[in-house]
Amino acid sequence: MRTTDTPPALREDSSRPPNPLFRNLTAKLASLPMVLTALVVFVGCTGWTIVHSFTGSKLLPKLKWVGFDQYEKLWNTRRWLVSIENLALYGIFSLCFTLVIGFTLAALLDRKIRFEAAFRTIFLYPFALSFIVTGLVWQWILNPDLGIQSVVRSMGFTSFEFDPLYNASIVIYGLLIAGLWQGTGFVMVIMLAGLRGIDEDVWKAARVDGIPVWKTYVRVIIPMMRPVFITALVVITSGIIKVYDLVVAMTAGGPGIASEVPAKYVYDRMFSSQNLGQGFAASTMMLLAVVVVLIPWAYLEFGGKKHD
Amino acid sequence: MHSVSIRSLDLHFGAVKVLQNLDLDIHDGEFLVLLGSSGCGKSTLLNCIAGLLDVTDGQIFIKDRNVTWMEPSERGIGMVFQSYALYPQMTVEGNLSFGLKNARMPRAEIDERVARAARILQIEPLLKRKPGALSGGQRQRVAIGRALVRDVDVFLFDEPLSNLDAKLRADLRVEIKRLHQKLSNTMIYVTHDQVEAMTLADRIAIMKGGQIMQLATPAEIYNRPGNKYVADFIGSPSMNFLEGDLSDGHFTTGGENLDITGYPFEGPATGAATLGVRPEHVATGHDLQGLPIQAEVAVELVEPMGSDTLVWTTFAGQSFRFRMDGQAEVRERDTIRIGIDPAKASFFDKASELRL
Amino acid sequence: MTDAARLLDGPRGPKPTRRLSRRNIILYGTLSVMALYYALPLYVMVVTSLKGMPEIRMGNIFAPPVEITFEPWVKAWSEACTGINCDGLSRGFWNSVQILVPSVILSIAVASVNGYALSKWRFPGSEVFFTILMIGVFIPYQVMIYPIVILLRELGLYGSLWGLVLVHTIFGMPLLTLLFRNYFTSVPDELFKAARVDGAGFWGIYFRIMLPMALPILVVAMILQVTGIWNDFLFGVIYTKPEIYPMTVQLNNIVNSVQGVKEYNVNMAATLLTGLVPLTIYFISGKLFVRGIAAGAVKG
Repeated sequence: MRTTDTPPALREDSSRPPNPLFRNLTAKLASLPMVLTALVVFVGCTGWTIVHSFTGSKLLPKLKWVGFDQYEKLWNTRRWLVSIENLALYGIFSLCFTLVIGFTLAALLDRKIRFEAAFRTIFLYPFALSFIVTGLVWQWILNPDLGIQSVVRSMGFTSFEFDPLYNASIVIYGLLIAGLWQGTGFVMVIMLAGLRGIDEDVWKAARVDGIPVWKTYVRVIIPMMRPVFITALVVITSGIIKVYDLVVAMTAGGPGIASEVPAKYVYDRMFSSQNLGQGFAASTMMLLAVVVVLIPWAYLEFGGKKHD
Repeated sequence: MHSVSIRSLDLHFGAVKVLQNLDLDIHDGEFLVLLGSSGCGKSTLLNCIAGLLDVTDGQIFIKDRNVTWMEPSERGIGMVFQSYALYPQMTVEGNLSFGLKNARMPRAEIDERVARAARILQIEPLLKRKPGALSGGQRQRVAIGRALVRDVDVFLFDEPLSNLDAKLRADLRVEIKRLHQKLSNTMIYVTHDQVEAMTLADRIAIMKGGQIMQLATPAEIYNRPGNKYVADFIGSPSMNFLEGDLSDGHFTTGGENLDITGYPFEGPATGAATLGVRPEHVATGHDLQGLPIQAEVAVELVEPMGSDTLVWTTFAGQSFRFRMDGQAEVRERDTIRIGIDPAKASFFDKASELRL
Repeated sequence: MTDAARLLDGPRGPKPTRRLSRRNIILYGTLSVMALYYALPLYVMVVTSLKGMPEIRMGNIFAPPVEITFEPWVKAWSEACTGINCDGLSRGFWNSVQILVPSVILSIAVASVNGYALSKWRFPGSEVFFTILMIGVFIPYQVMIYPIVILLRELGLYGSLWGLVLVHTIFGMPLLTLLFRNYFTSVPDELFKAARVDGAGFWGIYFRIMLPMALPILVVAMILQVTGIWNDFLFGVIYTKPEIYPMTVQLNNIVNSVQGVKEYNVNMAATLLTGLVPLTIYFISGKLFVRGIAAGAVKG
């Protein structure tokens, strides 16, 4: 098909295509902070720490290779083991309770109740507060001499005992009460958004079929909200692994080392006890834990889609 | 002089070849319509001309200037978009003057040009309003105005009427045609609507798979489609196609042997071919006289549409439609005599689908 | 974003009956008990901070104050001791303000430009950097904190206010960039093209077209950043010196300092003072706060 008047050959022309590197140069220059952050901080610093976790660095980072010595030492340190155990306990309880409470609250709020906005405001406000504030309030409420324990005792139950912050065997539950108080509102919001994203026709269909409400939730709604649950799971988990401020404010790791957590272990090794190598190894272990959680999620979230 | 010339244009998105070795000359003052179904590359081509997409290879000239790697604003083009793309936080006046301000034009000249564009498009009372307060038609007028104030050589329209309802679309179509008559700029207009293409265009370029299938005047494209794709794409309801074999002045299809004297062959008149007949070119009643192809067919389905009536039938063992007067008294199961004028028909080679 | 918007649509579940049915009692009963758990700490903070120490030692932490005193608030603000100095939380407050203002401005400026570039000016490799940024959200800070100390020291910013501002900008970047990228992606491409035909460049389009349209998302980003940066403890304690410790660090030092007699009323007043900024933002912004946190969690 002839579409030109002159023969359709490229014309002699002096203008050359510009160097692709300089095409839209402003946009590239403006993205420099992002590029630097991604490469220097997220890739560079992470790699740096991993590399230095194989060195015997003490006060200053030195490239004196010691192989897996730091990791061996780490896993032979009682404080690290306690930290891991605490994190596991705190993590499992926190995960379960946050999901259950968050979903329950969201489901209750979704029942066309009155004062929904008021309830929502009350459930969510702790999320606006810092872990330091959270920790300090609960430290005060759980104070054995003047807090809940003394109030219950003064009501006549003189043998009542609830002093998690001073009792090594239950201190983790004290942290849990405070952590749940701060974070469940957020999960509730995600869940509520998920519930509101479900087509109302599903409810109508369930009602027409005569399925009881609880059964509709368990058999229909929750399976439909799978992506929301997964998102919540990932968000909660990555938050749990970072737990630090709450412990510092509430127990400072005590009594003894009963409420130590990995993040605190890293901080103390790096900035207090001048044992950088240990800090690097411990933080690398934390990274590994995140990777272990994240990879199945990434696979579910992104890996599956490619095959569609 | 050519207003826009495109030479050996290639555009690839990764492995997908959106435009392939495309050549096109657009005359000065011409209204050229790029027509095709979605994904044919027509909007992509327009975006390349505008400079909004970087080409992979090839050259683009506007007024004999190589603009292939120039910024959109340096190319001497104005563009009107489907979604109007008005800046929501600026008034109509702000929208019209934004480009001129960016070009650092003196205030007095900006005002003069805005006033002129507003007068031409009759949007003077709207100048102080924000786009949110305008109707769809008014918005599109402002969008045209934004191209108008730039006083450019080439206007680019990217499906400008698609977001409007049918009535408004017809009105604005006429207005764009008037505008072209008045300004006589070159206009390149992308659409998937063949009515817009037929009514507006000096020439139509029908595109498919990143290539131009035919470039010709609307009449030429309608009467003498260059290939089967174009024949099928243009016309509503679309053309009837009968498969068969050509040999010495006859076309054998579905057991019928049709006399095709009078068809102006350009290619070989033998071999496997497809006969294309537009439903409106099928004769009935008095018009049958002297037609070499005639047959009795049974009416299967009638679609009365007011101005005319579409009749479904079977001819030579193949599905066949034809158009009759709107007031024609036809009922299902009637038998009716039809005739075909070979001079108005089209033959396409079966393999290459090119016009014979 | 869409999910967050839906959240504000109103409830979708079946409507419960109006009367005082058993189901309603359970429903409202559960909600009220839970509300008590969430509201109680705020209440305890307030009443404790208004009591004198003798009353605290004698009484019940849930009891309202018999004699209201504002002395603990005054003391918390201007006299409480951190172990280093005794000029109260006011120092921490002003430090936090000085950290907050540049951090919020810089982090939002950088992230909005990132989001704009990623949505409208993609260049080869831009998606790779974005992906790294998104993965970065999940990397525990502990892995990166020490090398950043070294970087800041090399830049001469370690221990200074601007060092901390930089750290907040870096760690706020992933979430904010995502927020702005998604927002700018929803701005029609044709608008961007029209502006390019009109001769506007990268910055022209950013300042004249995109930013004026991004007002709602700017507010959301601001809420996220103000609460996030105000509540930060870890970065404050690592990257600044005691003289410029932010309020959270100062608060922790006051309350958990081992010297002297514990003054619980002062401690609670101090805690409340520290929480006041994010709480105010929370109660004023309401739905926008919800939108902000939901946008962060529910991606896409």
